[in-house]
Amino acid sequence: MQRALRGMPMSKYSSQEMVLNMGPHHPSTHGVLRFVLQTDGEMMVKAVPDVGFLHRGIEKIAERVPWQAFMPYTDRIDYVASVNCNLGYAAAVERLAGIAVPEKAEYLRVIAAELSRIGSHFIGFGALLLDLGAVTPFVHALRERETFNDLMEMLCGARLTHNYVRIGGVSHDLPPGFREKCLGFVDHLEHEFLEEFNDLISFNTILINRLANVGVIDPETANKYTLTGPNLRGSGVPFDLRRDEPYSVYDRFRFDIPVGTGKFGVPGDCYDRYWVRILEVTESCRIIRQALEQMPGDGGIRTSLPRPFTVPAGEIYVRTESPRGELGYYLISDGGKNPFRVKVRTGSFSAMTIVETISQGVMVADLVAIIGSLDVVAPEIDR
Amino acid sequence: MDQAKLSEMLRQRLSDAVVSVEDMKNDDTLVVVDKDSLVSVAEFLKNDRDLGFTTLMNHLGVDYRDRMAVIYNLYSARLRKKVTIKAYLDREKPEAPTLEPLFPGVSWYERETYDLFGIRFIGHGNLKRLLLPEDWEGFPLRKDYVYPESYNGIETKRSDLLDAAGAAGDAHV
Repeated sequence: MQRALRGMPMSKYSSQEMVLNMGPHHPSTHGVLRFVLQTDGEMMVKAVPDVGFLHRGIEKIAERVPWQAFMPYTDRIDYVASVNCNLGYAAAVERLAGIAVPEKAEYLRVIAAELSRIGSHFIGFGALLLDLGAVTPFVHALRERETFNDLMEMLCGARLTHNYVRIGGVSHDLPPGFREKCLGFVDHLEHEFLEEFNDLISFNTILINRLANVGVIDPETANKYTLTGPNLRGSGVPFDLRRDEPYSVYDRFRFDIPVGTGKFGVPGDCYDRYWVRILEVTESCRIIRQALEQMPGDGGIRTSLPRPFTVPAGEIYVRTESPRGELGYYLISDGGKNPFRVKVRTGSFSAMTIVETISQGVMVADLVAIIGSLDVVAPEIDR
Repeated sequence: MDQAKLSEMLRQRLSDAVVSVEDMKNDDTLVVVDKDSLVSVAEFLKNDRDLGFTTLMNHLGVDYRDRMAVIYNLYSARLRKKVTIKAYLDREKPEAPTLEPLFPGVSWYERETYDLFGIRFIGHGNLKRLLLPEDWEGFPLRKDYVYPESYNGIETKRSDLLDAAGAAGDAHV
């Protein structure tokens, strides 16, 4: 324990700084993640994140396996939204190698990716509420995620680490009964669940008091620390790669980009980041409904790749919108069977870099709200 | 502004400072610079009125076997364009200036590059290992990295499993 007196006049209420550990095994650290807290009573002087506990060397593994064989590893980058990680890698390889993807496969990808986004946001705001001590709403969110798991199981056989996308297409076509169940799910979410959930917790005074005006990030700071995705939009910046740099067939759908407006506090506070995720569930539902409607009935779902599969030498940076922000793959190929270098840029990694800055001077309890509202997933930070 | 126009403009305005400006796949422009002019080029791209590459998307290090490189991906929300800056480094003594003062968010990225490649960033405020333990030896993402036999007395190789995998396992490596 380190003791130091701050530069304030000594009185009988003199204070003392204390260094505390939060994690690596702490329920509200979203995986194995450690924070070194410098506190002064209940006030936080600084919280320094210590990451790396889940470093599996995925980028090194990539250099030792063939291009297609890296796909299952991308599931493990962000296990909460694995389809989005698959999609980013597939899109990058396809653009570097110039592979055309059947139209139907693009629609299937969008449907799976948006379902994953919904499932991921349930974990995102559900875990935030759990961290704040509200256990029941978390269970409600997980109950709905169960239907998402069922749908993904129908689609690809897995309930976690789905590995649905392949280079050049997807692994399976829609099974019978999927369309009806999926439409029923998005209708239920839009018309029943979100309303009930908002009445239960979103407009709850205690929650508003815990989140509003806490952990405010203004747009300039967000940009400085390379914040992306819902965290950036929570600060009021209407930037979404699905609209601003469309990939797959996202340019064919109509959807809005919710941004933080300071609903109960100032723009960019924890409540805005929470609320943006709730609104994004509705937008994902809209995209899924349009995709199911527009999807061509027949056509292939996968381009067959030449064997052995090689990628022409070159470099490319492709980014996609994952539930945790910009998911970028920088690929370098030397023309061989394996990638020469794969760099994965994730939203959680950049979200962690801002914690040290915005945690200064907040209450210890608010730090939990800040970490939860940034929706970080530890394996995505460490890779 | 379309891709060719941006490349041409960068070529003209940066003529002295850069080695080359090329088009890259995925609507991207690659600017290869000498490491000594890395900061000034990044500063120009960020602060120029017409360009405004104020967002740092990504940073990575690369080991090209004969030399190393640092790569920065920048984005301009104004032009909706991407630029990739690359600086090659000497493999014997990989050192590059830090971009931390320009883009505070790059701090952790550069720490990761230092951690995994051993590239030193001159002027970085907190250049420590990020992902690996502080007593780790070597830099794993270098191409000539040799896997350690043990770490702090714990064996890291399970020879029996590797033997069983045999030739089938080797085909994948």
